[in-house]
Amino acid sequence: MTTRVPILKVGHILLVSIQVDLDDQAVMALQEDLSERIVATGARGVIIDITAVEFVDSFIGRMLSTIAGISRMLDAETVVVGMQPAVAITLVELGLTLDGIRTALDLEKGMRLLSAAGTDPASGKRAEA
Amino acid sequence: MTHPPTFADPEIAGLLRENKQRLLDDWSREVALCLRGSLEPEEIREDLAELLQAMIAAMDEGADETTTGELRALLEELSRRRARQDFRPSETATSVFAIKDVVRALLGPAPAYETLERFFGFSRFVDELALITYDSYVNAREQVIIDQAEQLLELSTPVVKLWEGVVAVPLVGTLDSARTQVVMEKMLQTLVETGSEYAVIDITGVSAVDTQVAQHLIKTVAAARLMGAECVISGIRPQIAHTIVTLGIEFSDIVTKASLADALAYALRRSGVEIVRLPEETQ
Repeated sequence: MTTRVPILKVGHILLVSIQVDLDDQAVMALQEDLSERIVATGARGVIIDITAVEFVDSFIGRMLSTIAGISRMLDAETVVVGMQPAVAITLVELGLTLDGIRTALDLEKGMRLLSAAGTDPASGKRAEA
Repeated sequence: MTHPPTFADPEIAGLLRENKQRLLDDWSREVALCLRGSLEPEEIREDLAELLQAMIAAMDEGADETTTGELRALLEELSRRRARQDFRPSETATSVFAIKDVVRALLGPAPAYETLERFFGFSRFVDELALITYDSYVNAREQVIIDQAEQLLELSTPVVKLWEGVVAVPLVGTLDSARTQVVMEKMLQTLVETGSEYAVIDITGVSAVDTQVAQHLIKTVAAARLMGAECVISGIRPQIAHTIVTLGIEFSDIVTKASLADALAYALRRSGVEIVRLPEETQ
């Protein structure tokens, strides 16, 4: 039985909060679940909260990129929030700058970022679309 | 020098033991003379008595690694204590050397050749002991320097809040990798703690930048970006700008401003704060 990361829906944003160390299977399961949920809910934004993540490796770094890629394909924007300094330093040392992913200091700022980008959490309609 | 000195000569050990009191008296007097009365005679005597006891044990029959190790530990401790009391290492070493004269005096005016040979062996042993005190003095001093450097490192990297959501790191002096590392970690930590979205790294006071430091700055900016904050580098002096370009370092996607004021204005504008001068009549 692999750990499944819960995916919460807030307005038209999907919130993924990673609280435990993820193994490869859990990551694969998360990617699958998330893509299904984006399609099912028509979500415009995905927020990945990694406040509780203290250690990263290149695998997790790639996972974030992959999730962002999948979300973009499904017309949802990904914001990674709450990255710890040590995690950020490690990712930079690993040469993973997560291009194409937006980041915010905390969940609140992440939500604001998505709404400013035109993904209104309340209506789900894009401002410019 | 990691191995403890070894010198086994039970005969000299016996000689020292027999004349222990006289030796101690003479030795203490010599040492007191060379330390110019900056230590109490009783204190000197106590130290030397301990040392002499350990030396005899290390030279005696049945001496093994434990006894020589004890002697070594004693010498290191003595040297550290003297270093704290502001004695020069040569003074501590001379205290140890002084025992040679004292022992030589014990041997009488015209010792036999064989006795002299023995004495030379002993003399070499004493040299090694004195070197131990010198080594541990240097080690103790180095530790002090390392500690101070660390303290200086923390002192010299303040992270100040300029505005709600804007922090600044004024860097002054020479930047090396260790220091840039500390700055980087401290700044990122502050970003999390204060929830600031903008950080200004001001390098007005930095005299030189090399490729490594520039690399660190770039990494800091990238790390801050990963965390959801934006970094602005300000106060790049003409020579440094010249150096960076000459070294071929790519600074292109990093926001740089001429002065701290410009950087603050930029951060404020980006966070939606507008600064306007009041019309004259309202002043």
